[in-house]
Amino acid sequence: MSASPSMPGRRSSGARPVTASALGALLLAGVGCTRMVSAADGDASAAPGVGNPMSTGLEIRPFHVHVPDAALVDLRRRIAATRWPDRETVTDPSQGAQLAKLQGLVQYWGSGYDWRKAEAKLNALPQFTTNIDGIDVHFIHVRSRHKNALPVIITHGWPGSVLELIKVIGPLTDPTAHGGRAEDAFDVVIPSVPGYGFSGKPTGTGWDPDRIARAWAELMKRLGYNRYVAQGGDWGAPISSAMARQAPAGLLGIHLNLAATVPPEVEAALASGGAAPAGLSENERAVFDALAAYRKAGSSAYFVMMTARPQAVGYGLTDSPAGLAAWILVHPGFAQWTYGDAPGKSPTKDDVLDDITLYWLTNSASSSARLYWENRGRSVTGAAAQKTAEISLPVAITVFPEDVYRPPETWARRAYRNLIYFHEVDRGGHFAAWEQPELFAAELRAAFSPLRASATNVARP
Amino acid sequence: MNVPEAELTELRRRVKATRWPQREPVTDQSQGVQLATIQELARYWATDYDWRKCEAKLNALPQFMTEIDGLDIHFIHVRSKHDDALPLIVTHGWPGSVIEQLKIVDPLTNPTAHGANPSDAFHLVIPSLPGYGFSGKPATTGWSPDRIARAWVELMKRLGYTRFAAQGGDWGAMVTDVMGTQAPPELLGIHVNWPFTVPPDIDKAVQTGNPLPSDLSADERRACEQLDFFYKHGVGYALEMASRPQTLYGIEDSPVGLAAWLLDHDARSYALIARVFGGQTEGLTRDDIVDNITLYWLTRTAVSSGRIYWENKFAFFAPKHVAIPVAVSAFPDEVLQTPRSWAERAYPKLIYYNKLDKGGHFAAWEQPQLFSGEVRAGFRPLRGAQGQQESQRTVH
Repeated sequence: MSASPSMPGRRSSGARPVTASALGALLLAGVGCTRMVSAADGDASAAPGVGNPMSTGLEIRPFHVHVPDAALVDLRRRIAATRWPDRETVTDPSQGAQLAKLQGLVQYWGSGYDWRKAEAKLNALPQFTTNIDGIDVHFIHVRSRHKNALPVIITHGWPGSVLELIKVIGPLTDPTAHGGRAEDAFDVVIPSVPGYGFSGKPTGTGWDPDRIARAWAELMKRLGYNRYVAQGGDWGAPISSAMARQAPAGLLGIHLNLAATVPPEVEAALASGGAAPAGLSENERAVFDALAAYRKAGSSAYFVMMTARPQAVGYGLTDSPAGLAAWILVHPGFAQWTYGDAPGKSPTKDDVLDDITLYWLTNSASSSARLYWENRGRSVTGAAAQKTAEISLPVAITVFPEDVYRPPETWARRAYRNLIYFHEVDRGGHFAAWEQPELFAAELRAAFSPLRASATNVARP
Repeated sequence: MNVPEAELTELRRRVKATRWPQREPVTDQSQGVQLATIQELARYWATDYDWRKCEAKLNALPQFMTEIDGLDIHFIHVRSKHDDALPLIVTHGWPGSVIEQLKIVDPLTNPTAHGANPSDAFHLVIPSLPGYGFSGKPATTGWSPDRIARAWVELMKRLGYTRFAAQGGDWGAMVTDVMGTQAPPELLGIHVNWPFTVPPDIDKAVQTGNPLPSDLSADERRACEQLDFFYKHGVGYALEMASRPQTLYGIEDSPVGLAAWLLDHDARSYALIARVFGGQTEGLTRDDIVDNITLYWLTRTAVSSGRIYWENKFAFFAPKHVAIPVAVSAFPDEVLQTPRSWAERAYPKLIYYNKLDKGGHFAAWEQPQLFSGEVRAGFRPLRGAQGQQESQRTVH
């Protein structure tokens, strides 16, 4: 889906009109086509902080994506000039993206694929930027037409972006058109993580999940929301968990689709490669075995590498579209993805290329990898590493069966003392919102419905 | 060897057209290769650098190809003028190549020109690992260090050497150590500058953050700290290539991506390699560094060279029970400097151990005179009639 042009709640009042594409130009300055952008898009000085003497530092500015043609021409030229390695020495994906499959995808990227369609999808949604803690944060903000809609801030991860989340906007903001009830409606806020997409890139250190969480609370406050919930998978999960730990005024609870639930003694056994701790149930033992196998298969090598040396990974990915595509596809969340061969199955080939192209055009390979470095190797799924014991706010969890980790309910209950919802659904994987948007939306409706009573006094901004 | 001019032109074009990430948000190398460093390397590579000089250096040496076990093996073979020279096969590692070993060819084959005795001379064989440089690239799996070790024995026998020694660092050390465990009758002994000696219980404690034994010596404690640093900040590249080598399409397509990946072996190596691009003159030269990277680029071995990590089934640090004579040189800037106590425990026939005060992971490249001295001293107990006896017993 893409948001329909008639989506309600388009917000522009109070925001200073900006040559939004010029903001895009600034964001793209790192690509090295500032000059061309300026020529094509006019006054770059209209961008925030450049020629805006009225700036209070708190304003919310509309945002529109327009990538200059030159950047797209350069991308296609680089794709056509790709210098390929020889074929992998195995007949399966065990060594990484297979040459023939990747070549097929990249060839389509350089010929049939159309970025302007992705741009149109994004521009059909109300997008904004606002400067928080020194960083321009880009976000999509779609308000429901239904009164008492519950505001939710949904956070993507790596190698995702706001693009993996836009299919849930319709079902969440307009539930009656998607089999839901009016009282299930959400106002949806979908920010780009610092260093990702159209958000700014930190030039100093310190933007770890905790700091992002504080920025998100400020964002919701700035949007006038004093009762809201948060949701996330992948990096969105530690960020949402950090929000719950910090418990900013107004946060009612969180929903996670990659919850930090692995108990400390299980983490320790996995880290040492030792035997399973005694006393595991049959189901827990099966999950332990799956986690051990995941480690043994080297599925987290990309995680270790970006944690250790994000800059070393970045050079090749910044200079080579095929390199970027292959590195993004190494994420275990794509293990079941068939390069768009199954018609109608989400994410499609275009969906995934939209995401990869967004990384390319915003020059985010290195800047996105730095979040791993900032995280300092903390386990994303470990209860102790994510300090879940410090969370007293309500927590809801949906387990998607094809995700990289399927926590047993017993571990979830141990990790979160205020677990209000736990449900393992029958389909969907790591990119649940992308793969199963209707199911994902239904989960959020069910998970957050107990919190709505306390949210009825939402003050409309 | 004569690379077509068009390939060199295309390489320069790509380097000049590099699309850069923004600068790292730190002021040190803690996030990996720094932008200013790699940009200086790229500038030099695209403008002043001359590959033909490297080609001339290689072509000045006798090079050969021979097919072993279905794969073309490239090697340099320099015979000493001294008849009783000891035949020695020296193996490079990743991200190295035969270029790492060029500076030791003359000191080892022609010792009298370098202040050493004729009795220290070697006949030198320097092969390119499968998937590296001018050797063939395996199209199927199975070229693990033990298969390479067997191929090296075959190579030495094919050259007519019935008794010889072996030397290596990095993957070269793995291949050499495995040759030691295979212990073919022709192999007199080995010298490694990456010894496999870390006691498994200590390795495990470091990896899991569990308490170390309380009775460690100062050298052992320092080695543990180095190992801990490597696991925390350095092992990523190795895990990546061990699990998903094919994922590194970017370094086959981007010269600068390749350069950055090859520079970032570990923090100490990076510091030693990168300093020349930061204006320091000690150690490796710009041409040393860029020759090696260019060899990887021109032979299109960025991805194929990584596959040895995927093929390998041996531990990177644990002893492998080598029962033949072993000589060890422990360089201070290596990933970890092996303490004598660990070397003695790991190698029951340790014939030589020396703890050096300078030199790092690429010891032959950085400190060729020092390294050559180590190889001479390390193998001296194995020469002549005395050597035959020494190889039968343990000397500490």
